Amino acid sequence: MTNQNTISRESDLSGGEYKWGFVTDIETDLAPKGLSEDIVRLISAKKEEPEWLLEYRLKAYRHWVELEKSEAEPTWAMIDYPPIDYQDIYYYAAPKGTNEAPKSLDDVDPEMLETFEKLGIPLQERAALAGVAVDAVFDSVSVVTTMEKQLGELGIIFCSFSNAVKNHPELVKKYLGSVVPYTDNFFASLNAAVFSDGSFVYIPPGVKCPIELMTYFRINTEGSGQFERTLIVADKGAYVSYLEGCTAPFRKTSQLHAATVELVALDDSEIKYSTIQNWFPGTKDGEGGIYNFVTKRGRADKNAKISWTQVETGSAITWKYPSVILKGDNSVGEFFSVALANNHQQADTGTKMIHIGKNTKSTIVSKGISAGKGSNTYRGQVQIMPGAENAVNHTQCDSLLVGDECGAHTVPYIEVRNPTARLEHEASTSKVSDDQLFYLMARGLSEEEAHHMIITGWSRDVIKELPFEFALEASQLLKVSLEGAVG
Amino acid sequence: MLEINNLHASVVDIENSEILNGINLKVGKGEVHAIMGPNGSGKSTLANVLMGRPDYLVTDGDVTLEGESILELRPDQRAHLGMFLAFQYPAEIPGVRPWQFLKAALDSKAESRGEDKMSVRNFSKLFDEKVEAVGINPNLVKRSLNEGFSGGEKKRNEMLQLEVLQPALAILDETDSGLDVDALRIVAEGVNSMRSPERSFIVVTHYQRLLNYITPDVVHILVKGKIVKTGGADLALEVEKDGYQEYLEAAGANA
Repeated sequence: MTNQNTISRESDLSGGEYKWGFVTDIETDLAPKGLSEDIVRLISAKKEEPEWLLEYRLKAYRHWVELEKSEAEPTWAMIDYPPIDYQDIYYYAAPKGTNEAPKSLDDVDPEMLETFEKLGIPLQERAALAGVAVDAVFDSVSVVTTMEKQLGELGIIFCSFSNAVKNHPELVKKYLGSVVPYTDNFFASLNAAVFSDGSFVYIPPGVKCPIELMTYFRINTEGSGQFERTLIVADKGAYVSYLEGCTAPFRKTSQLHAATVELVALDDSEIKYSTIQNWFPGTKDGEGGIYNFVTKRGRADKNAKISWTQVETGSAITWKYPSVILKGDNSVGEFFSVALANNHQQADTGTKMIHIGKNTKSTIVSKGISAGKGSNTYRGQVQIMPGAENAVNHTQCDSLLVGDECGAHTVPYIEVRNPTARLEHEASTSKVSDDQLFYLMARGLSEEEAHHMIITGWSRDVIKELPFEFALEASQLLKVSLEGAVG
Repeated sequence: MLEINNLHASVVDIENSEILNGINLKVGKGEVHAIMGPNGSGKSTLANVLMGRPDYLVTDGDVTLEGESILELRPDQRAHLGMFLAFQYPAEIPGVRPWQFLKAALDSKAESRGEDKMSVRNFSKLFDEKVEAVGINPNLVKRSLNEGFSGGEKKRNEMLQLEVLQPALAILDETDSGLDVDALRIVAEGVNSMRSPERSFIVVTHYQRLLNYITPDVVHILVKGKIVKTGGADLALEVEKDGYQEYLEAAGANA
């Protein structure tokens, strides 16, 4: 008997190698494990923060303590994980010697430069040629920001959050918490209490930022949490395209990442925010991996536009709903997402579009890929407030299943309080079919190449929204994340 | 070039589902063989089994290409050896452009042979030439592979791939079905222009009409999973006139 069955009919999505799993051997300055008012004070002191910011953190901390007591950690998402022991986490971990921000690349620990080099993040001056400015965040601290000076000539501020607190306190004070208040939700409160570092961007009125701004987040220390805080303000008529990338080492224990991102798009401005999230997803048996609980929200004023694009391939758990408050008349909100859940990964992600102004318009394109034993949930909310005359929303959510042990769910909430609104909702679920695979393989593509081509093709509507170089990276990432999917 | 010996095949996971009941066939270099037969005779199954479709299980016999058995090879490996199947129902693949797909197919073939990949510039030139040659709407190939293509456009797209990939053995699985006369002629012209002493064809068809344009060297009649008659080009004309009834009756009596 000869077996003709040469394409595996069951997709065993497992053995994908996580290439970013190395650990950098570097001396780390750690605060003791656990969370208390003292730790909050310590973090603030380490960062030499002004009194008002310490007060802000303490208010947030006290609020969070109340939330914890009342068991307000959200449980509505379709994710399942053992209870997090918030006293068993390091809330502050910094590479030694970075307390003082380096003045230039020469001051950065070579070990660190090598780490970012290995990750493919160009910190050297040649990055300038690539047309990208980078803020590199290692554990709790921003180690370097490139091209600060060149951008400064245009009046653009692109620096670590800590530096912004020192050098531009009036801007930070004005906008911090203005879109995501510390009372917003459990994880946002936690972040407001202990946030470590992140990026700060300010684009002055009328200025179009000529290059991509990028922040690269790296978790290194075992048992540490990362709580970054990003704030981007586009002043009237300004434009900026910002990208964040994330990785973490291979570890069998889970790590918490609870970030907050606030975008403020003033009248006539535009913010394009792209994410490639590749935190360590855990082993194929579901050990370890990052718990990614993130609050991202933007406010769009009159004629402003905010566009979120995300490619989410990493993390053991993703809980994330980048949202837009369409406050001003004629404002536009967009959300383009590809989320992949392989092995034991769980993703519960989507968006909220809150229409307040007249003639506001939002677009949602969500693509969820489930493979292995992965679970992928789209959760979206479209809210049309009474004053939002002629609001328009178009939602498209598609799910793709690879294999038959994974799950895909769609949970759309729609609330319309103005009769002039126009909403469209399309949803589909499909499988990578044997016909498609055979067709591509009969032309010479390997089974893995065929899967990759089908999946990136299916995700194209989202990937094409990314800046060009990142689109290539995203496509590669989908490939690597699905490695071992077939075989 | 291709030798099929006593080939038996059934549908995977279904007992007693034998479709091919001992096929013997030899296709020499440069020859064009037509395989004709009524519906359900196993023509398409044969074409798909040759290319390695995983829905079928070979239960007995062997298939060799240039003397080497190919049954253990995956479809992509068979493609790298120069085999090509023009599909009866090409799959639709959203978001994948025909250009990108064909470039990847050529690249993986080159890679498997340790050859250099064709440059993007040379490939673009080749692609544009072939798009014009097969008369496919140039706007169509900028869209998703086969998505929203009419039946005729899908078949032209198959011919485009055939022309670009230049296989050593091309199997056409009812490429004529659903085609109007003009499209039929284009398919036939494509095949005829590619006929060479180095290239063989297996043309699977229900009707004789395609063979008005492509003159086969050998015609086989397939009934109930067996080749019941082999002859020259004239055999196709006979079938056109008399139909498959006599063969069906004979096969029925044997069963």
